[in-house]
Amino acid sequence: MNIIPIEYYLVLSAFMFAVGITGVLIRKNAIVVFMCIELMLNSANLALVTFSSYLGNAAGQVFVFFVMTVAAAESAVGLAIIIAIFRNKLTVNIDEINIFKW
Amino acid sequence: MSFEFILFIFFSLIAAVSAVIMITRPNPVMSAIFLIINFFSIAGLYLILHAQFISIVQIIVYAGAIMVLFLFVLMLLNAKSEKDILSGKNKIKIFAVVIAGLVFAQIAYLIFFSSPGKALSPDVAASIKAGTVEQIGKELYTNYLLPFEAAGFLLLASTIGALVLAKKHFD
Amino acid sequence: MIDYIYLTVLLPLIGFLINGIFGHKIKNEKIIGIIGSSTVGVSFLVALASFFQMLSLPVDQRKHVVELFSWLSAGGLNIKFAYLVDQLSIVMALIVTGVGFLIHVYSIGYMHADKSFWRFFAYLNLFIFAMMNLILGDNFVVLFLGWEGVGLCSYLLIGFWYDRKFEKGTTSQAAKKAFVVNRIGDFGFLLGMFLIYLTFDSLNFQEVFSKAELFPISGTVYGFIALFLFIGATGKSAQIPLFVWLPDAMAGPTPVSALIHAATMVTAGVYMVARCSIIFASAPAIMTVIAIVGLLTAFFAATVGLVQNDIKKVLAYSTVSQLGYMFLAMGVGAFSAGIFHVMTHAFFKALLFLGAGSIIHAMHDQQDIQHYGGLKKYMPKTYITFVIAALAISGFPGLSGFFSKDEILWNAYAHGSVLLWAVGILTALMTAFYMFRLLFLTFFGKERFSHDLHPHESPAVMTVPLIILAVLSVVGGYIGLPAVFSGENGNLFESWLSPIFSSAERRLEVYGSHGHFEEILLMMISVAAALGSIYLAYYIYTKKPEIASKTSRKFSKLYRLLLNKYYVDEVYEATIVQPLQKGSEKILWKIADNKIIDGTVNGAASLIDKTAALIRRFQTGFTQFYAFIMMVGIAIALFWIILSF
Repeated sequence: MNIIPIEYYLVLSAFMFAVGITGVLIRKNAIVVFMCIELMLNSANLALVTFSSYLGNAAGQVFVFFVMTVAAAESAVGLAIIIAIFRNKLTVNIDEINIFKW
Repeated sequence: MSFEFILFIFFSLIAAVSAVIMITRPNPVMSAIFLIINFFSIAGLYLILHAQFISIVQIIVYAGAIMVLFLFVLMLLNAKSEKDILSGKNKIKIFAVVIAGLVFAQIAYLIFFSSPGKALSPDVAASIKAGTVEQIGKELYTNYLLPFEAAGFLLLASTIGALVLAKKHFD
Repeated sequence: MIDYIYLTVLLPLIGFLINGIFGHKIKNEKIIGIIGSSTVGVSFLVALASFFQMLSLPVDQRKHVVELFSWLSAGGLNIKFAYLVDQLSIVMALIVTGVGFLIHVYSIGYMHADKSFWRFFAYLNLFIFAMMNLILGDNFVVLFLGWEGVGLCSYLLIGFWYDRKFEKGTTSQAAKKAFVVNRIGDFGFLLGMFLIYLTFDSLNFQEVFSKAELFPISGTVYGFIALFLFIGATGKSAQIPLFVWLPDAMAGPTPVSALIHAATMVTAGVYMVARCSIIFASAPAIMTVIAIVGLLTAFFAATVGLVQNDIKKVLAYSTVSQLGYMFLAMGVGAFSAGIFHVMTHAFFKALLFLGAGSIIHAMHDQQDIQHYGGLKKYMPKTYITFVIAALAISGFPGLSGFFSKDEILWNAYAHGSVLLWAVGILTALMTAFYMFRLLFLTFFGKERFSHDLHPHESPAVMTVPLIILAVLSVVGGYIGLPAVFSGENGNLFESWLSPIFSSAERRLEVYGSHGHFEEILLMMISVAAALGSIYLAYYIYTKKPEIASKTSRKFSKLYRLLLNKYYVDEVYEATIVQPLQKGSEKILWKIADNKIIDGTVNGAASLIDKTAALIRRFQTGFTQFYAFIMMVGIAIALFWIILSF
């Protein structure tokens, strides 16, 4: 029997998610912002695996597998974009990359 | 206090603390290293949850491949440290912490209020079986075959996309 | 052959398509002319075969409906594209295709070396196509299709020489005038159609007429239908008050004037009234209006014709006048007499116009009869045929016009009143006078043209149609020989058409009780009048030309009034056109369009512009700002979940 209540895992997941939000909002380095997004994805993964395990159903873990796949694809493309931007603007500070406006 | 519980406390503390340290380091390389630590501790938590396959994939793919990619990019771009990361002069930082705290409080409130633990009666045997490579492989090749193939296609597309974006010019 | 009647419509359409699409590539005038004429010629043969087949059938089996396809179907409205072949439509079809064919052949000579030769034949074929739809249509909608189609062709052909001057303006202005005036009439016709659908719940001829036959006579509804239809007819057939376009329509090439503005299209109104005879017969008040309008048109147009100097203008007013006669016949309930006059008029008026075209051709586009004279010896064929036509229109005994016109006058007397007859005779007298004034000024007397002009007879391709039409003008009357002369057989033409008009005539109860003696007496009077005025014209214009100028000087006011066509154009210009133009410019354009409509559109655009300028401030371009807003959204969503828990 698991003696660890499911709530503990979920609260840990929520905490990591909140830390990820804070990171996304305060950091200026685009790569670090990216890392914070990875952290948020991981917190969601943790919740998924927790439920999967407590329910004895593999579906949640399959879903985590797909999340990882997408995360890998996303980071590859995202980092390539950051490199492309750096090549043009010589910076990765997202405050200076504000060309998407009126 | 079972051994399991002690392990849980250990890993979750590492995960939480490393996450906080990660977002507060001015040097992006340090951030990356603490994120790797965080990923390792989460892999440990997965093991406690009997998710062997995911745990290993977490280490190999996330901590191994993706984070190495991040470190490579950091190295290539030679990014500078953020000096004023903790000075808190910027109003948006306060707002950020406030909104993140609010979201955390709301989720925590929901978790304890709904208390999913009461409804769930954990079945250790079932959860051990669910986490095996065999079980996940079966799922991936039967029920989730189409998404699995699509994921493979997505990876191919992103590989090509990354190449196209990162390349300087085409001849 | 009756089942193939659609060929008479289809073939001109094919001719139009070939000449219209490939005409400018063919370039060879002969091929274009042969395509244009032969399609109409074959149509005529089909119509002729149908006619003979009909002739071999018993009277009650002569009506055929040839259904082609279902055209419009919406709710209770179901319009079939169908052709009605009966005694009336076959007569009209024969006239249109027959005269049309001759004019097509004539045009090959007349339009020789014109830069848009192919366009002319394409339009002519399109006109025949539309006209056949008008005639053969089995319901008001197909008729209306043809009605609008001939209007369009009329517009295109009047403005055919769009780069030429015409009187004070250009030919395009004349074309526009014809089109706009026709639109007024068409609007009346359309209203009539709506009212028919409202009253009879159908637009099919058979259904509407059989219902109209059964319905008790309730004056006002029939009155309004008849009035609106008649307004449509005044537009198309150039009656008072909408006749002003026809004299201007002479801006078109002469074969067009012959085909459209004399023989066929302008009689569409007469045909329509004859087709709807039962409806008109049910509205006696409107019948009287038609008779009076027709007679007034005939009279006033004839007076204007007396003093005009342009050869085509004289013929144009003569056409208006003769159309007035036809409406007089309709108005007194002599439908078959009216149609008979349509036929004979098609022969001799087409002949007159074609003869005029031949003269104009010879005189190098000179149209003023003051500058003609003595042409008899230069163009003998034209001269002889022209004389025949003039005699026919004047009502010379034994020629076609004599029979048809006398039939109308006799009916006006028998079923109308002596007054109608008297004005009719007066008009006939003037008709004879101005026709022979034209004839004598053109062919007799001194040569008043400059001598470097060398008048010559037209080529055979032009004179042969003239000769055929001349023969028809002579013998065409004998199929409608009055009962007085033909004895027990009665009037052949009338008995052929009688199944069409029998119900209308029953409603009107027009079987008169006047004796043969009266008829012959009236005939004698009109013959005497015609001969007298011919002699008068001969006397004035060949023996003593000074009488004419003296008279015109003596009655100079009257002369000016007539020469300026009663100033009708000027009055319309001042009372209708100018106020409309000014009103459109000052109110509709400057206020309604510029201020209200444009203001609304521009206002909507600037409202969006200003709102967008306000909203775009949210688009800061800072990624973290967007992320922040997203988080706020997540927080709000979570609140909502908590509250709904």
